Amino acid sequence: MSTDFDAIVVGAGPAGSCAAIVLARAGKRVALIERGPFAGSKNMYGGVVYPRILDELIPNWWEEAPIQRWVTRRSTMLLTDTQALTIDFRSQNWGAPPYNGATAYRPDFDAWLADHAVAAGAVLVTSTTVTGLIRHTNGAVTGVHTDRPDGDLTAPIVIACDGVNSFLAKEAGLYPDVDADNYTLGVKETISLPKETIDERFAVTDREGVDIEILGGTNGVNGGGFVYTQLDTVAVGVVLKLSKLAAQKTRPEQILAKLKAHPAIAPLIKGGEIKEYSAHVIPEAGYEMMPKLTADGLMVAGDAAAMCLAAGIWLEGVNFAMASGMYAGEAAVEAIESGNCNASGLAGYRKRLENTFVLQDHKKLRHAPHLVLSDRVQHLYPQMVANLVERMFTVDNPKPKPGIRRILKQERKRAGVKLSDLARDGWTGFRSFG
Amino acid sequence: MSQQQISFEERMAHSEFRVHERAHIVVDGKVCAECSTTECVTACPANLFVPTAAGGIVFNYEQCFECGTCYLVCNKEGAISWSYPEGGHGIVFQRT
Ligand SMILES: Cc1cc2nc3c(=O)[nH]c(=O)nc-3n(C[C@H](O)[C@H](O)[C@H](O)COP(=O)(O)OP(=O)(O)OC[C@H]3O[C@@H](n4cnc5c(N)ncnc54)[C@H](O)[C@@H]3O)c2cc1C
Ligand code: SF4
Ligand code: SF4
Repeated sequence: MSTDFDAIVVGAGPAGSCAAIVLARAGKRVALIERGPFAGSKNMYGGVVYPRILDELIPNWWEEAPIQRWVTRRSTMLLTDTQALTIDFRSQNWGAPPYNGATAYRPDFDAWLADHAVAAGAVLVTSTTVTGLIRHTNGAVTGVHTDRPDGDLTAPIVIACDGVNSFLAKEAGLYPDVDADNYTLGVKETISLPKETIDERFAVTDREGVDIEILGGTNGVNGGGFVYTQLDTVAVGVVLKLSKLAAQKTRPEQILAKLKAHPAIAPLIKGGEIKEYSAHVIPEAGYEMMPKLTADGLMVAGDAAAMCLAAGIWLEGVNFAMASGMYAGEAAVEAIESGNCNASGLAGYRKRLENTFVLQDHKKLRHAPHLVLSDRVQHLYPQMVANLVERMFTVDNPKPKPGIRRILKQERKRAGVKLSDLARDGWTGFRSFG
Repeated sequence: MSQQQISFEERMAHSEFRVHERAHIVVDGKVCAECSTTECVTACPANLFVPTAAGGIVFNYEQCFECGTCYLVCNKEGAISWSYPEGGHGIVFQRT
């Protein structure tokens, strides 16, 4: 049967563009369909990409990617209402090729990546929403319906890279159930400030940038916060567990306003003007919520398959999306060439994910998202640790300095933390992060 | 004006929405009238679910981020019919 394309990729985010690049370079006829007016127009995130995986697809990507700043300072901050404990790391190695993380605006970055797909020969169709799957009577996916007049497109393989809400994966029955507890909402303000002011306040120069991940500071709603520097803007945002947000009855922008007013954050953004306010949902639970990854004629990649890694000190989704898209593209090429586009012919996809960081990191960290968002880690431990440090450094003469073991015990009791819980969480954390 | 005090309208004024005439999200007021928890009112980042004095909900789709929060938090079957806007419409985030 003749089809319009060899493969149809839905969504020109990082996952979709990488899938399309691989397919087009292998000489396959591939359509990349995006509902926004340009690739990246619908996409927001915190702000740091880790494009190492692009070494394979776009060697020396750092010479051309639309990067704002190279992250050379990474801080992890623990906030209570009146305290802040920061672990700050700086490495000049990250500010030189081949680099590590970088801040970039998604509408810039995603459009750049989609351009590579087009340059490789993919047909990018923007301003077109895919509205459903076309299926053979035997159930196999054979194309997509779109909202264009006569907009049906056929291909033996569809790769759903349609992001966190993935209606395609749901339509195909790959998600057994959808539970709000598995998702967080991220809201962010992009705040304009002169470049020199940002350089001074964040202690960086030239194209160096800063990434601050925050635990606490979310007004008691389980989640976290972040601050990232672009060239002449600072991004400040909070990530909030949906079920807790809804129950707490405080609106997301109010929680963000409170974080911005915290004494540890306010001076960083003082005098800045809001340039954009944005919001997006994260598939926070990662491995624990992952759908089935293939069906006959269908693969799911990136956020559509919950491949974003959200584990407290790490919030990485773009690299997982790019990698899973790339591997889905490779598996699609294999399947097209072997003439078997059923789930069995697409088995190379899962194999590739399992042999690389994509599923290995997710498996190893499968309990981390739950631990990081747990009530104890969110509400009890930050206060306990901050009080401990405060007492260590408070000079209470004429009293002598207290022993650390004793303050630890007292503060643990004061925070209401059970030793058995602390040991259990410590063990889970050690197993996950260790 | 200081950061904390900007009005919600001003906050949203910086985001670009290419509004289509078809509402991509439809909320069934009859179902909402029976809802006591109104999760959507707190959680929608665009503040599009507004409670009325009569105990119902007024919804306007125009300044929607298409994030999905509302259908995820709503516990009432049939209250929200959710789809993406027509291609090329809806939220457009800024590029440099
Ligand atoms: C607040 C926040 C902070 C984050 N911070 C970071 C970070 O700092 N670093 C990091 O690496 N990751 C971060 N992430 C995660 C990251 O943004 C995602 O993991 C990543 O965007 C996933 O890429 P994707 O290609 O799978 O999906 P997306 O980027 O969501 O792309 C999906 C694409 O599909 C299109 N689409 C959807 N449905 C259709 C349809 N029916 N028809 C046509 N097109 C369609 C969309 O318009 C979109 O372009 C963050 C996320 C959030 C929300
Ligand atoms: S949309 Fe759902 S949560 Fe909101 S008022 Fe209606 S029924 Fe309640
Ligand atoms: S999709 Fe998001 S922004 Fe749009 S109405 Fe629902 S919660 Fe509000």
